[in-house]
Amino acid sequence: MGIKIIKGGLMTTVQDAGRRGYQRYGMGVSGAVDVHSYHYANILVGNERNEAVLEATMIGPSIRFQSDSVIAVTGGDLSPSLDGKPCPMYRAVPVPAGSVLSFGMMKSGCRAYIAFAGGLEIYPVMGSRSTYIKAGLGGFDGRKLKDGDEIAFARSGFVPKNLEKRILPEELRFDAITRANRVGATETATAAANMGPREYTVRVLLGPQDDRFTDKGLETFLNSAYKVTDQFDRMGCRLTGPKIEHVTDGNIITDGIAFGAIQVPDSGEPIIMLSDRQTTGGYAKIASIINVDMPMIAQAKTGDTIRFVKTDIDTAQDEFIAQIERYKELQDLFDGTEKEKPTSGSPADKEAPAPKTAGGKYLVRVNGKAFHITLKEIE
Amino acid sequence: MTYPCIKLSGDTSIAVVFGNEISTEINTRIRAFDEALAEEIAQGRIEGIYETVPTYCSLMIHYAPEVIRYQALCEKVEKILAVSHEAKKLSTTVMEIPVCYGGEYGPDLDYVASYHEMDPSEVIRIHTSAEYLIYMLGFTPGFSYMGGMDPSIATPRQKTPRVLIPAGSVGIAGGQTGIYPIDSPGGWQLIGRTPVRMYDAHRDVPILLDAGLHVKFFAVDEEECKRILSLVEAGKYQCRTYVKEVRDGN
Repeated sequence: MGIKIIKGGLMTTVQDAGRRGYQRYGMGVSGAVDVHSYHYANILVGNERNEAVLEATMIGPSIRFQSDSVIAVTGGDLSPSLDGKPCPMYRAVPVPAGSVLSFGMMKSGCRAYIAFAGGLEIYPVMGSRSTYIKAGLGGFDGRKLKDGDEIAFARSGFVPKNLEKRILPEELRFDAITRANRVGATETATAAANMGPREYTVRVLLGPQDDRFTDKGLETFLNSAYKVTDQFDRMGCRLTGPKIEHVTDGNIITDGIAFGAIQVPDSGEPIIMLSDRQTTGGYAKIASIINVDMPMIAQAKTGDTIRFVKTDIDTAQDEFIAQIERYKELQDLFDGTEKEKPTSGSPADKEAPAPKTAGGKYLVRVNGKAFHITLKEIE
Repeated sequence: MTYPCIKLSGDTSIAVVFGNEISTEINTRIRAFDEALAEEIAQGRIEGIYETVPTYCSLMIHYAPEVIRYQALCEKVEKILAVSHEAKKLSTTVMEIPVCYGGEYGPDLDYVASYHEMDPSEVIRIHTSAEYLIYMLGFTPGFSYMGGMDPSIATPRQKTPRVLIPAGSVGIAGGQTGIYPIDSPGGWQLIGRTPVRMYDAHRDVPILLDAGLHVKFFAVDEEECKRILSLVEAGKYQCRTYVKEVRDGN
């Protein structure tokens, strides 16, 4: 048993970590655009973190559960509700058969991820369950979901252990990560302000064709605010703003394109390449956004502002590796297999004394960082 | 700039750049390096590389920093470059691809012929006489960028691209020739169509062609084309291949 799609929403597709190993044949990678939210969703419901999930964009789907399940909704806040009541995000939520998960207003971000405990029964194509719409392959019939589609659970009835513990620390959620970046953010930001345009600052590594731009062009790129246009989809995100000057023009001899690469064609305005990008392209790439900052681009929408700052490869890879460690620690934490950490003696513990654990508040350490977790009973 | 050189392409990819022009010599070096790298991976001497993408002038390497970090990867790459960047004498496989030229299969054959003031049969003769090197695959699954076409049939793209070009269409765009692997929009001059599937998601090897391979077209009539198509549909058609010696990829 599984789910039945009542309404497909704007762009709801089956995605996983992407199709690797076939780019040399012109086959795009696809996969979830907001990689962190995707992995967190799976980890919360006790799946392998590369399991297939649903990615919903802007207007989410309505889904009827034909059997009991446990789900987690992560990513942008598209106002998920279960049978009309708000459905909490970033935690494992048991869903009884017959319930309907639906979505409402887009409050923050634009892409939500829905993971199902035990995964979805989707036949892998070239090693991946990701939908690649342009080639009409992978996922569910190679297309976005529409009314009436049915997908079975791969392991129906799977319930992860420690259900009540499966809540993602606030600090790791999309909203917390971007809060500091919000335009005009204040301590008392209201829910309305939360929905306004945001400004994201993302770190980049220059190259591979930064030498195709003048010093002035590079300066423009690193010191300007770029607005997200309405031309953004799973393939790319087109920005508008000050023109970036080329040495000659924006054309190169076609070469490979990485996730997060920033192309600058003759127009002088950047295009950020996302999951459904073509494998190769003929526009000069001034820089690439580092992977750990890509979720901000994945959640950016028309009218949001993007700024680019330079970083170095060591910083980028330190953080990339730390993120993977974080996934493993969360899995251990939720499965109850985390190693006992020394409770005293380490300087970090002294600097961050545990708060009084009244009610359902706990202090949890992940990768040496302290997280305050609030546990609530599930209605 | 001295070649080959390593360029950052984000924190999980690098581009090893061998030059800045389209030439068989550069392409051969890329292929030799890619093969040497694949061998190192197969022998377990490099871990953490999950795929490589050869293009006209560079090889893009996608890797997992949690297994191999940038500096360590660069050292490995430089070590291989030190021994493999000399263009080697190689052999190459040539795959023979049947094409039904003209008519509904190649609606632009007459245009190409009149553009060059030659008979359509002459266009077919020239197009089927060369062995085309596949420099790279990209754009859509299985789309091959081939070089080596006789300039006497080079023809500019259509001014207004077609909205839908059927899979298997063989076209000309300037001095390039190629095959559309899936139904897609495009502006190439279509001179024929092959019944062979360049791309089939459910085949063991979904993509028929590969970079470094050569292609030679041969003309078939409509009847033969339909016969081959029925074999293809039954999974019983195999393109003939032969091996030829090459120097610098030619």
